[in-house]
This record gives sequence, structure tokens and C-alpha cells, in this order.
Amino acid sequence: MKDLEDRQERIDNLKGMGCSRKRVEDARFTQGKGKYVDDVNLPGMLHGDFVRSPYAHARVKSINIDAAMALDGVVAVLTAKDLEPLALHWMPTLAGDKQMVLADGKVLFQGQEVAFVVAKDRYIAADAVELVEVEYEELPVLVDPFEALQSDIVLREDIKDEKEGAHGPRRHHNHIFLWEEGDKEATEQVLDEAEVVAEEMVYYHRTHPCPLEPCGSVASMDKINGKLTLWGTFQAPHVVRTVASLLSGIEEHNIRVISPDIGGGFGNKVGVYPGYVCSIVATIVTGQPVKWIEDRMENLMATAFARDYWMKGKISATKEGKITGLHCHVTADHGAFDACADPTKFPAGFFHICTGSYDIPVAYVGVDGVYTNKAPGGVAYRCSFRVTEAAYFIERMIEVLAMELNMDAAELRRINFIREDQFPYQSALGWEYDSGDYHSAWDKALAAVKYDELRAEQAQRVEDFKAGKTRKLLGIGLTHFTEIVGAGPVKNCDILGMGMFDSCEIRIHPTGSAIARLGTISQGQGHATTFAQILASEIGLSADSITIEEGDTDTAPYGLGTYGSRSTPVAGAATAMAGRKIRAKAQMIAAYLLEVHDNDLEWDVDRFVVKGAPERFKTMKDIAYAAYNQAIPGVEPGLEAVSYYDPPNMTYPFGAYICVMEIDVDTGEHEIRQFYALDDCGTRINPMVIEGQVHGGLTEALAIAMGQEIAYDDMGNCKTGTLMDFFIPTAVETPHYTTDHTETPSPHHPIGAKGVGESPNVGGVPAFSNAVHDAFRAFGLRQSHMPHDHWRIWKTANDLGLHG
Amino acid sequence: MIPSEFEYHRPGSIAAALAVLEEHGDDARVMAGGHSLIPMMKLRMADVPHLIDLQAITELKGIAVEGGTITIGAMTTQHELITSDELAAAAPIMREAALLIADPQVRYVGTIGGNVANGDPGNDMPGLMQCLDATFTLQGPDGTREVQARDFYEAAYMTDREDDEILTKISFAAPKGGQAYEKQKRKIGDYATAAAAVILEKVDGKVASASIAMTNLSDTPVFSADAGAALVGSDCGADAVSDAVSAMLGDIDPTEDNRGPVEFKKHVAGVILRRAIERAWSRA
Repeated sequence: MKDLEDRQERIDNLKGMGCSRKRVEDARFTQGKGKYVDDVNLPGMLHGDFVRSPYAHARVKSINIDAAMALDGVVAVLTAKDLEPLALHWMPTLAGDKQMVLADGKVLFQGQEVAFVVAKDRYIAADAVELVEVEYEELPVLVDPFEALQSDIVLREDIKDEKEGAHGPRRHHNHIFLWEEGDKEATEQVLDEAEVVAEEMVYYHRTHPCPLEPCGSVASMDKINGKLTLWGTFQAPHVVRTVASLLSGIEEHNIRVISPDIGGGFGNKVGVYPGYVCSIVATIVTGQPVKWIEDRMENLMATAFARDYWMKGKISATKEGKITGLHCHVTADHGAFDACADPTKFPAGFFHICTGSYDIPVAYVGVDGVYTNKAPGGVAYRCSFRVTEAAYFIERMIEVLAMELNMDAAELRRINFIREDQFPYQSALGWEYDSGDYHSAWDKALAAVKYDELRAEQAQRVEDFKAGKTRKLLGIGLTHFTEIVGAGPVKNCDILGMGMFDSCEIRIHPTGSAIARLGTISQGQGHATTFAQILASEIGLSADSITIEEGDTDTAPYGLGTYGSRSTPVAGAATAMAGRKIRAKAQMIAAYLLEVHDNDLEWDVDRFVVKGAPERFKTMKDIAYAAYNQAIPGVEPGLEAVSYYDPPNMTYPFGAYICVMEIDVDTGEHEIRQFYALDDCGTRINPMVIEGQVHGGLTEALAIAMGQEIAYDDMGNCKTGTLMDFFIPTAVETPHYTTDHTETPSPHHPIGAKGVGESPNVGGVPAFSNAVHDAFRAFGLRQSHMPHDHWRIWKTANDLGLHG
Repeated sequence: MIPSEFEYHRPGSIAAALAVLEEHGDDARVMAGGHSLIPMMKLRMADVPHLIDLQAITELKGIAVEGGTITIGAMTTQHELITSDELAAAAPIMREAALLIADPQVRYVGTIGGNVANGDPGNDMPGLMQCLDATFTLQGPDGTREVQARDFYEAAYMTDREDDEILTKISFAAPKGGQAYEKQKRKIGDYATAAAAVILEKVDGKVASASIAMTNLSDTPVFSADAGAALVGSDCGADAVSDAVSAMLGDIDPTEDNRGPVEFKKHVAGVILRRAIERAWSRA
């Protein structure tokens, strides 16, 4: 008994996997001691600011910088003409397109960068922006992607005659690509012959990740030693270094990219923005460090948006509700340039996960990318690439099908779930789902909320409403989502040619503490906390004795960065694998010290023990010391390891979410009475961090579903460029969340972990939206587009004749 | 979001503030809490070469309830309005309305004077002041004068205040009867989609007097005398309330914005007014 207690104490002391260890980052963040890009201040540093287009589509007739240059303290005003000799007036996008760095002859969206002012302080730079005189000739504007595909108006004159794009043929001058997956003919045949078909247009509106910290960079060129240092808000610092090298011609070893503390990314900080390029050019030109920090309005209006998918769906089933086929055509509004952040071969990301949690025998997806006069982007806002669009689509189609079948939507899901014995499951659109137990999760969720009682209450509410006893309806929003994260196998996933592996490098110090460096970069995920826990369990040193470092390309191993919930599935795996290399060497050292054969030892929490002789052991601390102070025959001194991990497959986290919502049909206001979130992210590393991730992701989902959007008027003016109109929930608007879990480890991941950061956004949006729809189901509502803000809910009620 | 250069003045008395105003004329503006003016300056939509901060002027602060009259200094913050028990006892609608303005951080700095003087149709206090039939005191180079809140507002950001005047205090008789302030907004910190201030006096089960004002439904606050008149003499029953709502709808003139189209705003205005009347009547 005492031995067992000792052993448990040793496990507890490690603070390894499964422990709700407090986040080590928070000591500095909660005291305002984080170090962000804007905290970088260098001697002689200059400040950049942009002249931006007030028009969504216009020809730039002339730019006069004389008055700006005459202002005391202005050092330079860069325009496309200045960048052209360096071939930097355009830059490649992550999606195989190119994008203007500074307006080259015309502007294509409101807020587009036209000129870059560099001045001795931030105030002078802002004053000089006002003095740059730009003459525009307005052009007709296209904000509707369907209209854009028909229109004679040419947006991208630079490529108007190019019939072949980065992802195949272009059939119109405003067309970017058609990307298809699945068996179109077979799907259409199934639909034609089906007993029941439900058809709906599902729009996932344009929104924006809006991280608390906007984007920015500080570039510093040391002309003496030829080295460029670049601090920036980068979710993928190593890729930025490679791109900066390719664009600038500076050799990669002479570029150091540093992502310091980052105040949230959510996909917004994956891409490369003109500000980064201009700060680099400006430091090279002036020889002085140059800082560029955008403001909130610039962030909302000009940096990467998310979503904006018009998804036309058809789903077929038998009369009993067994789904037989799924057809989807997407009109994807990409804005002025195709700057989507997706793996190269996937111009619509992983949208073809849109068969969701269901066993659908045949399916087809076609996605048309379209140019419009809107800001470029198309990033994964707290989701894996286009997965939240896919989840929203299928979870809406299920609800619509349930209406068509006059069936309970929970039951319809249950009879169509992929069964536990079907994993690994090959989906009709080409994915291999690694593991899952959807039925167990679903049953647990329905029981937790007392689903049958809720339905009875809802039926009574409808009666009361019809009898004039209440003006509030009750909605029960169901979602069972399947995520696909952890991009990804290098054989089919790359960013600008860089395979999407990730890495970890571990160095054990003589006294039994360690530093581990990774190719990822935390933006609030808590990597310094959780990666140390993975290592603690693997190598038997306390997480408190392990420093995690990321984000400096001069010290960290190459990695593809943090987005798409890939850190735990990929870098977390690399961490475990590197840890195992450490342990393998430690075993050889322990064998030498204990004078036994390697195979006579077994690992026990934090030590190697001689089999059958538990009193004979060497702790990891003992071994670490020995690695540095003894000559061990056949073993190199030191204790270090590195792992570059190429995952064999994606991971497929899933979850069951249920939202219970009261809706006031007269004012369009809503109140969330209950939100239950069950997540299965495989092995759980830190339950408290998971809960925090779920809370944050659900709150962003709430924002998106209930009010957040990037909206344009017909002239292409952005109507939601400030936080007055762009909805960010406060504590008042945020409901209480009940979190729960099941645990189905990934069979191919070294520790079975699947990733969780983005699940709540993927599953949350359909749960909130389905609750709104469900409240009106009794009155025949099939589809009303998000965001479900007050006036849109009111309009729904009004259109259904509920206002008398 | 970087303002152009400006000179910052922090006078310690009303006289000193007026002197700076007089010296710089159109180039100067007074600032109370700054929640409207500073963002406008950062957006460079307001050019203010001389900014006169009134925060140091102690004679502009304070709440007094004397002989049935309430007097509030212009630089009294929303937070001070909320935490004054004396005010809450004399005019509970003030606390109810102030709690619906923005968030605590804003209310620690935002003032009643700034709220009423700026002429922003989204602000809550102007409509409430009209409902209370408040009097604004303005002080300028030629002395002081008084203007009724119901006569003060001309158009969005246009008021009866002259450029060389400072709004120094607000006074109104302690309201009699039931009071309610009802507001619909999209989120904390937002302006009203629609808001209603209602005061009803009940005598023998009938409405003896009624005062109704609406917020953010026109380019000025809307005091609807007809809406009030529709209730007077009634038992505040369904027909009278409907008449009041109809009268109010005739007086407002909302415009479409991100909160929704005109049709929606009118509908919500009606719902909000009904709720405010109902609550005020229950308290009368």
C-alpha cells in the first residue's frame, strides 16, 4: 500500500498528462507583463502607416507624395512604383494567387493598401497619411459573388486573359477555380431515384477572427552583418522566414523571425500582409528599424476574413430516414485576391469533411471560388481549414431533412451515425476517420439535458404561444460534429511547398531539468503548460522543471506553426517522440549505472527499475547527471533529442453540443438557457486547459452565430469596421456552459491526443443556429441565414406571420 | 486612430474654462468624459486644436435634492448617479437608465453633462431629461441662461448651446408617480435599438399625467406629448396603450443602420414603449 502511495505521489509530482496544471503563462499575462510585438522598441526605430483606399473599386490615377514628404519627420513614402524594381509590389498568396502589396494601378477593396508612410514617430506618420494625395477614378463595384460570375466588369485585369489558374481552369474573368471531390454522377443518380430529398441554400456569412491584438511587425536590417530580424504576429514564423528569404533574396540564415507573445490569432495571423513586406522594405531602404502596427479598424477591414460560403445542398434518404446521398455546390466569395490559408492542394480546405458524423454512401462537392470587391482572406477562424463551414452545412442539412421526413432530428442523427465498429472509416469524399464512438457520446448528451423532457416542454410552449399565453418560443439546437485536424501528412499537405510536419528539440540539463523547443507558436493555447506535461509523462521530469520555447527561428526547430488545431496532433506527437528518444538513451545510461543489460530494466513513472528488484533503480535526475559527468562506453555525453514528426493521418475529434434557447418573437432577442458541450478530443492532456479552450471557442461561436459579421453595402463600403458594430460578446452576453467529455484516443497518435482548440467553434455555430431554427420549426421555418441578430430573428418571425 | 496634434487645457473653474473658449473660439471645444469626442478626434472626424478638459472643475460636480428639486452638476459621472441613494430615492428612473448606459468602466468617466450636451441621438440621457422636463443651465461670456430639455435639441449633434457656452448643470422636479426606463440594445456598450422613458401619475386608478420620451429613433430625442395625452384619463388599458404607441410612432423617424431596417425599429419602439408603460403603471 505504501509503495502504491509513493508511486502515486511520484506521478502527481510530475504534473504530467491528465493533470489540470495551472497555466504557467498566466503569471505574466494576468499582470500585464506579456511582451508583444508593439512592446519591441529599438533605438532609432521608425514608424510606418498606410494610406488606404476609401473605394472598393477604383483606378489610381495619380499619387502625389510631395506634401507628405515635406512634413518634418517624414522619412519615406513608398508606393507600388518604389517596390516594383524590387519585384515586391505584388506578392504570392498562400493559395497560389498573387496580391498587391501596394496599389498597382487600381484598388480592389475598401481599405486596400495604397502607400506606406515612414516617419520618425507614430503621430507624424499618421499626419503624413493625410497629406498623401491620391486621385481615384471610381469603377463599378461587385459585392455579390453570383453577380460577379455573370458580370462584364473585370476585377483582376492582371489575369483577365489567363484561362488556367492555380487550381485548374477558370471559366470567367472573375472565376478563380472549380474544385471537385466525390462521385458527381453516382450522387446525382442516387438523388434522382431517392424516396426523399431535402434541398436548401445554406449561407455561412463573412466574419472575421478579430484577435484582441491586431497584426504588426518590427523589421530591423543590420547593414553591418547583413542580418534581418523580424518580429511579428506570426502563427507560422518559420514559413514567414522562408517566404521572406525567397521574396527578398536575403539568404535564410541571415533572417531571424521572432513571434513574441501573441494576443490571439484564430487564423488571422497565418497569412502574409502588406504591412510585413513594407516594414521589411522600409528597414532595408532606411537602414533603421521600422515598426508597423495596424489599428482595430484596419484589422477588421483589411486583414483576412473568414467563411463567406454559399452552400447549395441536396441530401437524400429513405422514407425511414437512412441517408443515401449528399450533394453540395459552394459559391465561395474570396474577395479581391485568393489569399485563403489552406494546404496547397486544397483550395477549399478540408470542406469535403462535410459528410460529417454520418455514414453517407455517396457524395459530391464542388466549390467555385470567385473574386469580388471585398478584402481578401478566407482563413480558418478557429477551425481547421473550412471545417466549420462543412459542419454548419451538414448539421443544417440534417435538420432540414428531419423536417422533410417529419422526424426527430436527434433520432435522424442516431440512425445515420458512423458506428463504432466501422472505424477506421472511409468517407465517400476520401477521408479515413481514425476513431470515434458517436452513439455513446450522443446518448450521454441527450441524457444529460433530459432531451425528451425538453421536447415535451417545447411542444407545450408552442401550444401556449398559439393560445396567446406567451410571446417566447423555445429552441433546442442539436449538433454532432466531426472535426478533421492535425494537418497533416506531408504526402498531401503543404504550405507553399513546405510539408506540414512539426518538430520538437529537447535538451536535458545535468541537474535534471530541461528545455524543449517546438516549431509551433502559442497565441494563447497554453503550449508552455501542456507540452511540458506531455514531456513530463514521457521522460519522468516534473513539468515544472521543463521550459517550453517557441517562436524564434534562430533557436527553434523548423515547424509549420499553430493553426487548424495542429499543435497537439503534430507538434505534440513530435514532443512525445523526441521524449521517447531521450528515454531510450536514458535506458542505456541507467543500464550502465546499474550494471545490468538494457532489457533488464523497466520504466516506472520517473525512473528505470531493475525488473524484479524494485529497490534497484535510477531516476531520470540521476541519469541526467550521469549523462554529463561520466564517461559511458559506447554512449555519447549529453542528453538531447530532436524529432520531426510527419503524422500518418489527420485526427478526428468530435462532439455533441446541445443549446436550449428562448426567443422573444417581438424583439428578436434571445436568451440561452442551457448549453451542454461534450467533447471527445482523444487523450486529454490538461482538462482545465481543455475547458478553457471550449469556453473560448463556444463564445466565439456564439458571436458568429448571433451577431458577428463583416457586411458591405452595395458600394463595397465595409459597414462593420469597428467594435461598435462588430459583435464581440462580453461576460454579460456569454451564457454558462456545461462541459463534458468522452475519451476515444486516436489510434495513430503517439499519445492518442486529437486536438480540441477549434472543436467548440466548429460545433458551436450549428448548435446556436439550430436552436434558432428549431424554435421556429413548428411554424415551418427551414432556413434563415446567420447572424441571428435581433432584427433578423424578428424578420423571421414576421415572415412567418407571428406578429399577428 | 491617431488624433492630430492638439493643445490640452485643464482649467480649474468655469470662468477659466470660458476664458479659454473665448480666446480660441471655433478652435476650442470642451470635453466632459470624452467618450464621444476622443474617438471622433482619433478618427480625425473632429478637428480640435484646443481641447478643454472640464474634469478639474469641482463646481461642476455634485447631486443636490432640495425642496423637491434635483440639481445635478454637469460633470457628475454616471457612476455617481447610480451610487447616489438620495437620487435613487427622489428619481429612481435615473439609476435605472444610467445602469443601461455602456459598462462600468465607461460609467466611471462618462458624465451626465457630456451625455446631454453632445446632441448624439443615441445617448440615453437626453430623452430621459425630456421625459423629466429638465432644465439645462448654460453659462457663457454674457452670464447664464436656462433652456428646457424639450427645446434644446435641434438635429443630430446640433443643440441650442452656443459655441462659447458650457452646460453647467441640470435640474428637474422630483418626478411623481411610476417611472420606467426600457431599452433594447444588441450588446453591452451599444446604443439603443429603441429606448423609452415613461413617467405615469395614478389618481383613483386613472392616469393623471403621463410623460413619454423615446431614444435613438430620430435625429433628436423624441418627447411625444401625444403619446402621453393618449394615456391621460384612461385606466392604462390595452386600447389606451395602443393609442399611445400609435401616437409615438407618428412622432419618431428612425433610419436604417446595422441594428436593423426602419420597419423593425418601429416595431421594437412599440414593444419597448408598451413594456415601459406597463412597468411604470405597475409602480404608479
